[in-house]
Amino acid sequence: MAGQGDKQAVFRTEGVTRVYRTGAVEVQALRGVDLALYEHEMVVLLGASGSGKSTLLNILGGLDLPTEGKVFFRDQELTRVSDARLTAFRRDHVGFVFQFYNLVPSLTARENVALVTEIARNPMTPEEALDRVGLKPRMDHFPAELSGGEQQRVAIARAIAKRPDVLLCDEPTGALDSKTGVQVLEALYEVNRDLGTATVLITHNATIRKIAHRVVVLADGRIKSDTVNSARVLPSEVSW
Amino acid sequence: MTTLDTKLLRDLRRIWAQTLAIALVLGCGIMVLVGAQSTQRTLAGTQAAYYERHRFADVFAAMTRAPASVVAAAAEIDGVAQAEGRISLSAVLDIDGLDEPASARILSLPPEGATLNVPLLRRGRMPDPDRPDEVVVNEAFGEANALFPGDRFRGVLNGRLRTLEVTGWVLSPEFIYTIAPGSLMPDNRRYGLVWMNEAAAAAVHDMTGAVNDISLRLARGADERAVIARLDTLLDPFGGTGAYGRDRQMSHSFLDGEMQQLEVMATYMPPIFLIVSAFLVNMVLSRLIAMERAQIGLLKAVGYATREIAWHYLKLAMLIGVIGVLAGWVFGAWIGAAMISLYGDFFKFPFILRDPGWSALVLSAVLGLATAIAGGLRAVWASVRLPPAEAMSPPAPPSFSRGRIDRFLAALRLRQTTTMIFRSILRWPGRAAITLFGVSASVGVLVMSYFMFDAVGLIVDNVFERGNRQQVTLTLTNAAPQSAVQDAMTLPGVRAAEGGFAMPVRLTNGHRDRLSALSAQFAGNDLVRLIDDSGAVVAVPPEGVILPAMLARALDVEPGESLRIEMLAPPREVLQMPVAAVIRQGLGQEAYIAAPALFAAMRVAPQVNQIHLMVAADAMDALNAQVKVTPAVAGLSDWAEVRRQFDATLSENLLTMVGIYTLIGVLIAIGVVYNAARIQLAERSYELASLRVLGFTRGEVAFVLVGEMMLLTLVAIPIGWVLGYWLAVGLVGAMSTDVIQIPLLVTRRTYALAALAVFVASLASVLLVRRRLDKVDLAMALKARD
Repeated sequence: MAGQGDKQAVFRTEGVTRVYRTGAVEVQALRGVDLALYEHEMVVLLGASGSGKSTLLNILGGLDLPTEGKVFFRDQELTRVSDARLTAFRRDHVGFVFQFYNLVPSLTARENVALVTEIARNPMTPEEALDRVGLKPRMDHFPAELSGGEQQRVAIARAIAKRPDVLLCDEPTGALDSKTGVQVLEALYEVNRDLGTATVLITHNATIRKIAHRVVVLADGRIKSDTVNSARVLPSEVSW
Repeated sequence: MTTLDTKLLRDLRRIWAQTLAIALVLGCGIMVLVGAQSTQRTLAGTQAAYYERHRFADVFAAMTRAPASVVAAAAEIDGVAQAEGRISLSAVLDIDGLDEPASARILSLPPEGATLNVPLLRRGRMPDPDRPDEVVVNEAFGEANALFPGDRFRGVLNGRLRTLEVTGWVLSPEFIYTIAPGSLMPDNRRYGLVWMNEAAAAAVHDMTGAVNDISLRLARGADERAVIARLDTLLDPFGGTGAYGRDRQMSHSFLDGEMQQLEVMATYMPPIFLIVSAFLVNMVLSRLIAMERAQIGLLKAVGYATREIAWHYLKLAMLIGVIGVLAGWVFGAWIGAAMISLYGDFFKFPFILRDPGWSALVLSAVLGLATAIAGGLRAVWASVRLPPAEAMSPPAPPSFSRGRIDRFLAALRLRQTTTMIFRSILRWPGRAAITLFGVSASVGVLVMSYFMFDAVGLIVDNVFERGNRQQVTLTLTNAAPQSAVQDAMTLPGVRAAEGGFAMPVRLTNGHRDRLSALSAQFAGNDLVRLIDDSGAVVAVPPEGVILPAMLARALDVEPGESLRIEMLAPPREVLQMPVAAVIRQGLGQEAYIAAPALFAAMRVAPQVNQIHLMVAADAMDALNAQVKVTPAVAGLSDWAEVRRQFDATLSENLLTMVGIYTLIGVLIAIGVVYNAARIQLAERSYELASLRVLGFTRGEVAFVLVGEMMLLTLVAIPIGWVLGYWLAVGLVGAMSTDVIQIPLLVTRRTYALAALAVFVASLASVLLVRRRLDKVDLAMALKARD
């Protein structure tokens, strides 16, 4: 965790292990992960399919619990709280962006964002959130009427509308072509820069690593490398 | 409105067809509940108000002849608030425009007006007390024969021919339902009620200073049984035929029986619909939740609590419930109004106090919502408990295991599409069970509904075709020697004649007693025979009496036990006789005895007071004309005419009734099959589209969907038959009254019709879904797995 000592850790994990059992099959998704994430930081989590990236992200976001090990959000140990506290934690502190957008198809863009602002403590308006991702003109459209990139930007607007402490993005560009993918990355980049939201971005696309402050590589359920990006570039400068 | 509620309404709009299908099934149950209860309440409320305003009596009694002072003595009985005596006699009328003789009951009106069973003047005026020939008639009789005030008709009153003038039409609480003695249904043309001045009636009947009919109103809290016992004792010396309460009064007991049937309908039918609706809500909601698995995960991810999400889906279930309840209310109110107007043809009320049946509305709302919630709860609870990360990942593909059944199927070497049908049923046995249950409930409801027609048909067949093969029955004014039967052969057109004899009796076993009639069975009679439920002729043993099952149950006697029989007409003997047999019979409350045994006990030569005739068809007019002027005949029943009317009334209502019952019954099948097929289509569109990609035709692919539903329907039909039979058994128990014992007979035609209706409804429902299958976009179906 070189060079990050002066910043406050948002997340800290200690020896996190996760084992999935489906029938007779046992899958070791994580094998003892120690990691810290800091405020204002944009971290890219790289790794091949099955390396445990999504499992780690789900555990950080309180969507899943580790089989062993501890997870701290600031000073609070997430691994020791009730389901209700975990729900409150997600509601108040975490924004999620998924690969397949996960928009509610029966709600318009604005209403998808409102779904979150209605239960958040200090949200921005749905319009403001959509404006930040450049979708204000299309906010009354249903998901089916939006392109993939637009849908993902709605998902980002939905994630940031509550002013979360941390934004967790699981392959946000995975289903998008290079051009729309860049638009989505730009939206994430600006949110991190302007709001200072700590952002974790999962990808198996190595090109995207260039926009991050720090790059963590996972392989086979373990951290393989953790490097600070010395020459950060703008999303508009990457392509794949 | 929150965004989540917006989603709710849009979800509901998306699944509108399925929602409608469920709401219709639920609505049907509510409709029956609300319709039957509001009708029952309306009838009960109207009846009570009518009785109260027109002082309907509580106890009734008839006797041969008693001095008028007996009325004052009856009023002295403890618990009696009021007593009124009158003269009652039967007469044969000759009405212009009516070929057959009409029969009538003539009742006297006190000079100062009736104080009990007060007639309500509907048209014209009451008779002038100084004009002995003036009478009022019951409204229905006046209407049916176009006998307006000022019109005249002739009548044979106590053997004397008289001309009477109608001054008005009345209604009476005593005759809300009017039926001629021994008849099966109202016939307002041939049976009427005539009120005449007391002095005139007394003169006709040689009853000056005497009465032969008495009515009592009881004080609040009076003991009816005790009053009846005291009155019987009082009237015994005057030839009393046994006092009875409202429960044995013809009009009242018919009305009560009808209300009891409504009550049964309101209790019996709705639960079936509610249970099916609950399963349907469960099925549709489970599917919706499964489809929105990722959305549920998302809602959890963004911080919605499990409770909030569960509440969201429960609200959807409740909304379906609300739609069903509202639809049920609307249809229930409509069917209630239709039933009330239908009852107006049979029950003559001066006014109708409509009762929307508030308690039924509230009860149905609670039941409807509870049904929807019960159905939704399990679906919601099982699904929203999923941890969010698991919820967002696609569900594990269904695991198909190779069990014993599978090996059996493999051994059959079925086509792969057929195998898919069996696998799908085995993989989701719960869903298949719901479909099976729903479709069999549908068949069951239809069997139960159609069974009523079987039962009525059997009763009619036994009464007309087997038991009463005579064309005409003459009721004699007085009992006559058997030679009267020979005399009857001389009447115009008579080809065969048989005598009959019935005696009013009180049957007693311990503390239980019933007023009934003892009917003598003459050996060798061929026209009128004693028939049981199965249509077999019952042989009457030389000793002892035969009782219909309902009467035996009411008296709590069994074959071999002894019964006290008190004759209520001369020679007024009291006999102690064994019960020889108990038979099941559709209609009838009479006890039967071999003629020689009865006349031996009466210590008289064999007598007759009825003569049954076979008459040449072209001689009916001449016979009618002759009977109108024959004083010895008190009445004539034309059985062919009764049968014709009965059939006309039945066929008039039959199609409508069958139509309504069928619609209600098949709605269940439609709701279940349509929903199950829609869910199958949604879940398997990927799989079915893949088959198309592989080169299967639309028909072959549709076979997988249609085949599964129709296979389940075919399996459900025999289960439904069994269910329907048991529902019929329950109905027989619940609906049989003292007057009618519904025979338990379900014909093959009923089973076949129920099966056919449900099969067609299922096929139509699944074909409706098949049209959607044909429209599935192959590329889209393969891209999106949900």
